[in-house]
Amino acid sequence: MKVKITVTVNGTNYEREVEPRMLLVHFLREELSLTGTHVGCDTSSCGACTVHLDGKALKSCTMLAVQANGRSVTTIEGMATNGELHPLQEGFHQEHGLQCGFCTPGMIMTAADLLKNNSNPSEHEIREALEGNFCRCTGYHNIVKSVQYAAKKMVEMA
Amino acid sequence: MGLIGTSVKRVEDKRFTTGQGRYTDDIKLPGMTYACMVRSPHAHAKINSIDTTAAAAMPGVVKIFTGADVGQYGVPCGWQVNFKNGDTMKEPPHPLLVSDKARHMGDAVAMVVANSYAEAKDAAEMVMVDWEVLPAVTDAKAAVADGAPLVHDDVPNNRSFDWALGSDKAAVDAAIANAHHVTTLEFTNQRLVANAIEPRSAIGHYDSAYDKYTLYTSSQNPHLTRLLMCAFVLGIPEHKVRVVAPDVGGGFGSKIFHYTEEALVTIASKAIGRPVKWTAERRESFLTDAHGRDHVTKCDMAFDADGNITALRSKTYANMGAYLSTFAPAVPTYLHGTLLQGLYKTPLVHVDVDAVFTHTTAVDAYRGAGRPEATYLLERLIDTAALEMGKDPAQLRLQNFIDPFNGVDEPGYQTQVALQYDSGNYHPVLEKALKMVGYENFRAEQQAARDGNSGKLLGIGFSTYIEACGIAPSAVVGALGARAGLFESAQVRVQPTGKVSVYTGSHSHGQGHETTFAQVVADKFGIALEDVDIVHGDSDSVAFGMGTYGSRSLAVGGSAIVKSIEKVIEKGTKIAAHKLECSEADLEFAEGKWTVKGSDKSIGFGDVSLTAYVPHDYPAGLEPGLDFSSFYDPTNFTYPFGAHVAIVEIDKETGKVTLKRFIAVDDVGNVINPMIVEGQIHGGVVQGIGQALFEGTIFDESGQLLNGTYMDYVMPRADDMPSFETDRTTTPCPHNPLGVKGAGEAGCIGSTPAVVNAVMDALSPYGIHDIQMPVTSEKVWNIING
Repeated sequence: MKVKITVTVNGTNYEREVEPRMLLVHFLREELSLTGTHVGCDTSSCGACTVHLDGKALKSCTMLAVQANGRSVTTIEGMATNGELHPLQEGFHQEHGLQCGFCTPGMIMTAADLLKNNSNPSEHEIREALEGNFCRCTGYHNIVKSVQYAAKKMVEMA
Repeated sequence: MGLIGTSVKRVEDKRFTTGQGRYTDDIKLPGMTYACMVRSPHAHAKINSIDTTAAAAMPGVVKIFTGADVGQYGVPCGWQVNFKNGDTMKEPPHPLLVSDKARHMGDAVAMVVANSYAEAKDAAEMVMVDWEVLPAVTDAKAAVADGAPLVHDDVPNNRSFDWALGSDKAAVDAAIANAHHVTTLEFTNQRLVANAIEPRSAIGHYDSAYDKYTLYTSSQNPHLTRLLMCAFVLGIPEHKVRVVAPDVGGGFGSKIFHYTEEALVTIASKAIGRPVKWTAERRESFLTDAHGRDHVTKCDMAFDADGNITALRSKTYANMGAYLSTFAPAVPTYLHGTLLQGLYKTPLVHVDVDAVFTHTTAVDAYRGAGRPEATYLLERLIDTAALEMGKDPAQLRLQNFIDPFNGVDEPGYQTQVALQYDSGNYHPVLEKALKMVGYENFRAEQQAARDGNSGKLLGIGFSTYIEACGIAPSAVVGALGARAGLFESAQVRVQPTGKVSVYTGSHSHGQGHETTFAQVVADKFGIALEDVDIVHGDSDSVAFGMGTYGSRSLAVGGSAIVKSIEKVIEKGTKIAAHKLECSEADLEFAEGKWTVKGSDKSIGFGDVSLTAYVPHDYPAGLEPGLDFSSFYDPTNFTYPFGAHVAIVEIDKETGKVTLKRFIAVDDVGNVINPMIVEGQIHGGVVQGIGQALFEGTIFDESGQLLNGTYMDYVMPRADDMPSFETDRTTTPCPHNPLGVKGAGEAGCIGSTPAVVNAVMDALSPYGIHDIQMPVTSEKVWNIING
């Protein structure tokens, strides 16, 4: 039996009927065609599906779509504003923080949560914040630099 | 314009940072159905019966396929190695779905296709298989012993083949018997899982209107997949099949191969008249992506009284898993045995390999593929020898390095194990690394830590490696058993407006081809980077390709592009000479224009391009158009090399190993984009460190994979790693037009032994001889607490 839910995603209200067992990540990918949020594992270990729920980073495979009823979700597709990239999106480009790009959306969403709470994180704090997100390509070295780039830029912009 | 050698930011980044990457699982076609595999929960079990009645009645089910439907089809192996006695290797069939027996955990017995994935998965759970569980063997050395359970009834002792290479065996044995010092170690180079973060995915789409199939697949190798699937699996005409490998979320070798699921969704789509998508769950990736490494080796390194290596002998049992994957036989042989010369002048080398079937997932090339295993043997042995002989490990290496040779006016270096190194200058990489690490100061720090009460131990480890990339030429690899050529193709199409589309048979799944290749083209033509588009991964666009693996893209694929560029410039020169009313010899091409030497008369690239497509005023007899294809078959492999140094700190109370510093000095030949090369090194280094400290499959006695999820299989995370210190030397490749060697696997080949050597150095006061990977806190704690 399907359940009707209303979820705000990237500022738009969506009303859908979904199976109660549908995960939030599948809702985003299958129902809304927001395929920037990826699935990399079955155990909430890889972080590729990280989105923001009411402004906080969350692995969208750990939550049912019905639990997001009435709440607000931001995905990677909602990070740029008025065509201008988020400083993290720019930072990952400037510092070569991505290779295959599959983990990148989750990395950016997790890092955005970090920078919201800590405008000037140390390398150690960045690495701790990202430890729930796997990257198999970059060795994390340039991801750390990308987050540092964005932190600096966000402080300058503030 | 001066783009070669510049850290240009990547042109592909924007789609990935904004969520617009298009991976296979992101593709949704009208009427699409979803497949779920029914897989064996046992490593070895006879199938008494399969009952799909209940499953077929489940909601949304479209069709269920079993071995009875598709059992006649199987995926082939693409590399043949013969037994020492000349007999052909044992190559049992690998059916798309098994009907008789499951030979490893995860072997597929049925495929359920339904309207949604949830429905397919529900129904898959209702497929009833009557299993008769049989004894299993997962270890290669155990599997080759008499009486071990057989994986294939007609393969005695589970031996796929045996193989040897190198110097006269009796001479090697004698040198070792008479040596001043012999260091012997027994190694387990543990089995790894590639774990690209994008799980494998495939969509089959049969279009009856055109009688044409399209396969979207997360592959490093779309053209070869098409060739294998059409000609050797399904017997469908190749020109009726399009294979598209769109954005691919990492491969590391595991997506080179042609997998059963690709053929299954292709034929299933025709059978049901709708597209069929299959995407692996991570647990399936663990069970069915080809695994890597899994060698058990005993190796001896012999020295004279002065510390010169006099001989090397190795005996390896290579675990092939249950079936021979696409390139599997090449890995322990031509990618491993041939690398046992290393960087050393060793005059006598002998390699012996047994390739053995077990009840495990197939093993094939994983980042480095054979070279990490070879490097691990050599670099652990030389470090251990230095310790045993009371010599400095860095000096012992420098003493034994091959002398420099450029491969241009001096010949390449002929090894004892078939290869001829192209160019090399090995001492500077280690000397540079020693300077970066501050070697002399380190030893004082180490002693202070040992003497003090910090509860910490410090260790330093070295690794100096050579590897072989861009394996070729085709005739040579053919003689070695490759059932495919190993060239690359490239088409450079100059559009009438002077914009350039490049169609390459290489495939990018993180390597940044859309940037690096565009840099080469823009630089050579003297045009802007944004005027070049790199097209890859679609067999309908790109004439042919051999894909991306073995660090071959730039050395082979890039060289094919250069060949086409040269043809464009040659024809452009004819057009320019006509337009400028001069002879071709009077023209020079630079910075995007043809200029009459010693004059200011010139014509630009765009004008020549337009003339080629609007040939009103045009050289007589010259064809219109400016569009060239080339196939490049290299004359040799390329041989990058380098020196890696690790510094570890060990907490004596917990046994925890912390990597404090990692220094990598690599020589990958000429570099087009230093930023991208450095990124490749970083990623490779961490994968190698992952093997040293964290990763490795664990099977129980019945063949169950005990750590088949990300909860259990430990991979490096951001907080496990330091930042890296990297540098380069440059020894150009003498035999390709760009002078490049390859950088994709270097990090992964060099880093592993450096880390283990550092741990051994830290633990040297405890008098241990060896430690097996992964070097976990538990193992270290047990040594310290004896």
